[in-house]
Formats: sequence, C-alpha cells, structure tokens
Amino acid sequence: MAETITLTIGRYRPEQEAEPTLQEYEVPYRKDWCILDALNYVKDEVDGSLSFRWSCRMGVCGSCGMMVNGQPTLTCAAFLSSYAPGPIKVEPLQYFPIIRDLVVDITEFMDKLKKVKPWLVRGEEKPLSEGEYLQTPEELDSYKHHSMCINCLLCYAACPVIGLEPGFTGPAAIALAQRYNLDSRDEGSAERLAAVSGDEGMWQCTFVGECTEVCPKGVDPAGAIQQYKLTGATHWLKSVLLPWGSK
Amino acid sequence: MLKTLTPLLWFLFSAGGTVAALLFPVHLFVTGIAVPMGWLEAPSYTSLLDLVRHPLARLYLFVIISLPLFHAAHRFRYTLYDGLKVKHLTALIVTACYGTALVGTVAAAYLLLSLP
Amino acid sequence: MSDRVHYTLYHPKWYRKPVSVWWWLERWPYTKFVLRELTCVPVGFFALVLLWQTWALLEGEVAYQRFLTRMESPAFIALNVFFLGGILFHALTWFHLAPKAMAVRIAGRRVPDGLIVFSNYVGWIAISAIVVWIWMSR
Repeated sequence: MAETITLTIGRYRPEQEAEPTLQEYEVPYRKDWCILDALNYVKDEVDGSLSFRWSCRMGVCGSCGMMVNGQPTLTCAAFLSSYAPGPIKVEPLQYFPIIRDLVVDITEFMDKLKKVKPWLVRGEEKPLSEGEYLQTPEELDSYKHHSMCINCLLCYAACPVIGLEPGFTGPAAIALAQRYNLDSRDEGSAERLAAVSGDEGMWQCTFVGECTEVCPKGVDPAGAIQQYKLTGATHWLKSVLLPWGSK
Repeated sequence: MLKTLTPLLWFLFSAGGTVAALLFPVHLFVTGIAVPMGWLEAPSYTSLLDLVRHPLARLYLFVIISLPLFHAAHRFRYTLYDGLKVKHLTALIVTACYGTALVGTVAAAYLLLSLP
Repeated sequence: MSDRVHYTLYHPKWYRKPVSVWWWLERWPYTKFVLRELTCVPVGFFALVLLWQTWALLEGEVAYQRFLTRMESPAFIALNVFFLGGILFHALTWFHLAPKAMAVRIAGRRVPDGLIVFSNYVGWIAISAIVVWIWMSR
C-alpha cells in the first residue's frame, strides 16, 4: 500500500493572482481517510493558507461540496481509497464565483431559494386549540424525498443550464418549491407557480438529469422539475380552455 | 408573448415526443427501409388513397406530422441555446423553429382537409 | 474627531470561470444528453417526409410513384437507416425518462419506475404491430 497520495488542489488568492491555479500536496494515504481529512491535514500540517468550508464531516450539513476529479462530490463522503493511486484533483464547486481557494459564493442561490417561498403557505393558520395538522403516511411519502435537501449545491455544479444561464432558478430551489407544493398542509401552489414559471424558472430546464445523479440525499430534483412542468402546463391549459373553472 | 406560450410549447413538445417515440420507428422502418428494399409489399395507390380518405386516418396523419414538428422545433431551439450558446439570437431562432413547425402544420391541415 | 463617517465597500475579486462552448464534450453524461437532444433532427426530418408522402399521395399516382422511387435511392436508404438509429435512440430515452415526469400512484403506493418503462415498451410494440397490420391489410 502506498504511503502517500497526491492532491492537486485549486488555489485562488485574489490579492496576488488574477486566475485560479493548481497546487500539489502529498498527504498520507490512510485507508479510512476521506478527502476532507486530507484537506484538513494540508491545512494543519502543510499549508495553513488553504481555505475551504466544512462542518459536520458526516454528509448532513452540505458545506463541503467540491469538484473531485471533475465530479461534484461531498468531500466528507469521498474516500481516498476510491481514488487511489491518484492524483486527486480537488477544485471549487463549478459554476459558482470563487471567493478564495475552494470557497465559492452562494449568495445567488440564497436569493433564488427565497423567491420560491420554501415554507408552508396557508390562507389561514389553524389555531393551536384545534390541534395538529394530520397527514397520512401516503401524503408524507409523496414529498418526503424532496424534503431531504441539505442545500449542498452539488446539483447546481452538475447542471449545464446553470453554467450557461447563471440566472436559472436551479434544481434545488425548484425541488424545494415542489416539496411544499406536494405537502398536503400547504396552500401556496399558485404563488409558487407564478415565481417558478417566470423567465428564469423551470421552463429553462432541459432535463439533462445530472442533478439527480449527483445528489447525495436522493432528492431527485430532475423528477421534481419534470412533474412541476406537467402541473404547470396542465394548469395553463385549464386556465385557457376553461377560464370559468375555479382556480 | 412567447413567455405566456411557454407551457403550451412544452406541452406540444411532450405530446410530439410521445407520438414520435411510439410511431416513428415503425413508420420510418416501413416507408424508409422495408418497402424500398422490397421486404414489404407497398399497397396499391388506390387502396392507400382510400385508407387516407377516412376521417380517422386524416386525423392520425395530421397528428403524426404536426406534433413531432413542434417537438423537434422546441428541442432544436434549446439545443442551439445550450450547444452553441446563441441565446442572443433568440428572436431569429424562435421564428425559424416554430415558424417551420407552424408552416408544416398548416400545410398538413390544408392537404388533409382538401381531400374529397 | 471627524463628524462624517466614511465607509468604503471593498469587494473581493470573485472569479467566475468562463463556460466553454464545448462544455458538453467534457463529460460523457453531457455528451449523451446533447446526442439525445439532437435526435430532434431525424424526428423533424421524418415528419417532413410524412408531409411529403401525404402531398404526393394527394397529388396523384405519378407524384406518389416519384416519392416511392426517391425512397429507393441508396442515398435515401442510407440516410433512413442512420435516422432510424437516431429515432430509436429518441424512443428508448423517452420511454426511460417519461416516468420521471409522472408520479403515478395506485391505491396510495407509488408505481415503480421499472413497471412504467416496461408498459411503455409493451405499448410501443403493440402500436407498431397494429400499424404494420393496417399497412399490410391493404
């Protein structure tokens, strides 16, 4: 078994360079190490100037998403042994502006997320005295997988439409909109449809499907978007062909 | 105006894609390969004309010509955007793509309605 | 002490990597996607061929015979074989992707994707057989 493995890491120091560069580091090859462990080794022992985001180190916070050998990956869930003998290329998440080294700016996503109103919208809130909202297991099942999103943004890094049209609302935001649409407690479908049907909404999606492939939590944003398109198109047809019908 | 029509265009794309997926392989095989190669006998001109006269046959032909044309127009438009990054030529692309589909649809309708 | 506080906003130079027009060649899933989308060319082409066939049929026996002769030219046969490949690729990818757009539920349980794909194939074969039967029965 090799003693060390090479990591080729994307660096970008805006105060000293105009474009990102690559820098190689030798890290110990431990069978139980994931790429995040290797990055932390680099920062602790080799080069303290390396910047990157991480938190839970167990695949639930969504902070450590990066491009590993060209594939959007959670670095806490990718083991060095899967990439041996290397070298392993670690770069910042694709299609996002790079702030420094492996850190990207996700402000645009946060704005897109707010636009789709990812919360329960109700005409009238039920008073506490009337008790809880009841939901059957089937009703929960219809949206549960969409609710598993950890906002890691791997799907945005995988979506070519995001690369070509940075204003596109994107997989996670639309999937989360659909998560609330499908929730039996929600009454905000019409509002969300208006937000997601716009210029940069779901109609820009061309069903590449890579978002679902890279999602670490099985959210299936591609499926959510296609179903949403069908709902949107049906709603439009109904409003045109049966304008007297109730909304 | 195009923005409001987007759901309809997607609907036509879906319908056209389904029609093309289910029916084009067999039609292309028969008309484009089997009959020219002599593997299948082409029906006589008069019997084919009789078949097409039937209102259901006319509707069928209209559907399998028009819907796939809209499917192809919609897909080609987005392929140009994604593949060649020519979003700035939107007006030209939209006119050319859907215009062709519309012309084909009108032509098919005219032909199939004008048959005695 | 100045009575006017002056703030400047230092905006770091965020780097946006330009996306090449050849982005779809960089990874196989992207290439497969563009090939799938390009199947719209044979679909559109054949729709126009059907339009031509309809026109020829209605124009008269001479015109229709000319259509049949054109179809027999080696160039057209080669093109049709190539386009048949494209149209089959469209059909196969369509049957696999269509279930994703519909969350079909029967008696509260979600129907597995595989079953929908299978029924798509069954429907496809059935409908193709019917078309051939109608054609042959003339």
